[in-house]
Amino acid sequence: KAAGVDSTLPEKVKIVEVGPRDGLQNEKTIVPTETKIHLIDMLSASGLSVIEATSFVSPKWVPQMADQVEVMKGIGRKPGVSYPVLTPNLKGFQAAVKAGASEVAIFGAASELFSKKNINCSVEESLQRFDEVMRTAKEAGVPVRGYVSCVLGCPYEGKVAPEKVAHVAKRLYSMGCYEISLGDTIGVGTPGSMSKMLEVVSREVPVNALAVHCHDTYGQALANILVALQMGISVVDSSVAGLGGCPYAHGASGNVATEDVVYMLHGLGIQTGVDLPKLMDAGAFICRTLNRKSNSKVAQATCKL
Amino acid sequence: MGNVPTTVKHCLSYEQLIQDYPWLKRWLLEEKEIVPTGVKIQLIDMLSGTGLPVIEATSFVSSKWVPQMADHTDVLRGIQREPHVRYPVLTPNMQGFQDAVAAGATEVAVFGSASETFSKKNINCSIDESMLRFEEVIKAAKERQIPVRGYVSCALGCPLEGHIEPSKVSQVAKRLYEMGCYEISLGDTIGVGTPGSMFKMLQSVMNEVPTNALAVHCHDTYGQALPNILTALQMGVCVVDSAVAGLGGCPYAQGSSGNVSTEDVLYMLHGMGIETGVNLTKVIEAGDFICNALRRDTNSRVARARTL
Repeated sequence: KAAGVDSTLPEKVKIVEVGPRDGLQNEKTIVPTETKIHLIDMLSASGLSVIEATSFVSPKWVPQMADQVEVMKGIGRKPGVSYPVLTPNLKGFQAAVKAGASEVAIFGAASELFSKKNINCSVEESLQRFDEVMRTAKEAGVPVRGYVSCVLGCPYEGKVAPEKVAHVAKRLYSMGCYEISLGDTIGVGTPGSMSKMLEVVSREVPVNALAVHCHDTYGQALANILVALQMGISVVDSSVAGLGGCPYAHGASGNVATEDVVYMLHGLGIQTGVDLPKLMDAGAFICRTLNRKSNSKVAQATCKL
Repeated sequence: MGNVPTTVKHCLSYEQLIQDYPWLKRWLLEEKEIVPTGVKIQLIDMLSGTGLPVIEATSFVSSKWVPQMADHTDVLRGIQREPHVRYPVLTPNMQGFQDAVAAGATEVAVFGSASETFSKKNINCSIDESMLRFEEVIKAAKERQIPVRGYVSCALGCPLEGHIEPSKVSQVAKRLYEMGCYEISLGDTIGVGTPGSMFKMLQSVMNEVPTNALAVHCHDTYGQALPNILTALQMGVCVVDSAVAGLGGCPYAQGSSGNVSTEDVLYMLHGMGIETGVNLTKVIEAGDFICNALRRDTNSRVARARTL
């Protein structure tokens, strides 16, 4: 499906809120458990249907997520809302299920160098590690979401071939992931590279199983999301208040702000189920607690004359 | 330019604005300095070396209303004019036009509004009355073969009226075009537009004004500028207004951003394989310069990411 102003946009878009995990994991300040729980509860009340709650990675590597079990047990689980958690391996998966998780996520990279630098193994090796998780999850009836990072560029390799992205996405999909989130990890993508990449990936994975996870490091996120919508994508990842900086460019922004995405989608007449004022309350709360300004322009603009 | 919010630059009722919004007076008079002429000239000279084809240099508004632009004549006379670059200036009326010509201006701009209320509050007259003023300017400009660009503010929403009908925007755009403006820049003054409203508005305006005579001037107050520009490009518009480093806040939402950053626009256009003739690195340098001079951070995400 070509991207253009005549493209039929989806009527509904599902927003996957990654603030409590991807967002908080990449913030300098470690947030108390109570605060995380309150944030997730406020997000649940705003109408979001998917909220990534925490990560079952060893606290040795990610101390910000050390309270994973307490968070899972402490949040109010709103009916109809899904609370996926990251599980890097079988041990993490088992701990997640024990703590009450009913959906998990695994990560692959479209860049070999990125994979080696980050998790010390090749892309293929990382996918084989997830085999165990996939099998166990299938037996337990737990849905698994797959993430592919560096889909529009890599901090080490530079350009990433769309074919490589398609290869990894296809692998994750054939392994059993119900949805593949394509991540522009360093935010270098533009509508040009986004449409080329999606064209190639959508030949291998059905478009209704694809999501985009855009970073706003170069201010391109909303334009990239618009192009993705024009090509049939209807699942968008974002982070309340734009929490989570870019770890590769200290001080640069990272995740796109959910408020700004929702503002654009509603302006396009697309339903999200999200109550923007309630979402902004959640953003205001977490920014107060972190003692930082929101990265959301919609939030910043609400001080009106 | 400088620390003056864009709308104050466009707005003649400065006194009215600061009366209505006391924080604005404090902000302008107590917290911000007027940018020295030398700094303005250096900024424009740096921008002239980047490949940008059009650089809006200054404004021939009475310095009583916009003190930041009081040095308009010195600026226009002081800049090194690059051949192949145009340096339009704002001229709200005949007086301004005459001063601009005397100072060496070779292109001018007039600005109307799609909102009656905004027009009355800002320039103390109705849209129709403002058009009569511009007619004078355009006639005088034609006689001197000076091209005139027309701006339409509040094209996607008004801080006072709220929703603006696309048909109102097309009426004003059509008037300006028929009066002789070679190009009409459609401004989302408070940045509330989205690709949805941009599409509807452009569809309406394109019925009245040829697409190749249209430009978009998007504000990034709600983060929507780039997707709005993308929508305009997809509809055939190929002229985009932007400000280096995203200079110029939104006076209607304190602390919010206003103009979209030229750096971020260029990054997107180049990424899409669209030629602009502009060297992004040199624009970032110009942005760095002015931000240092103003002792403020850039609003450009590209500039921030590149310098880290």
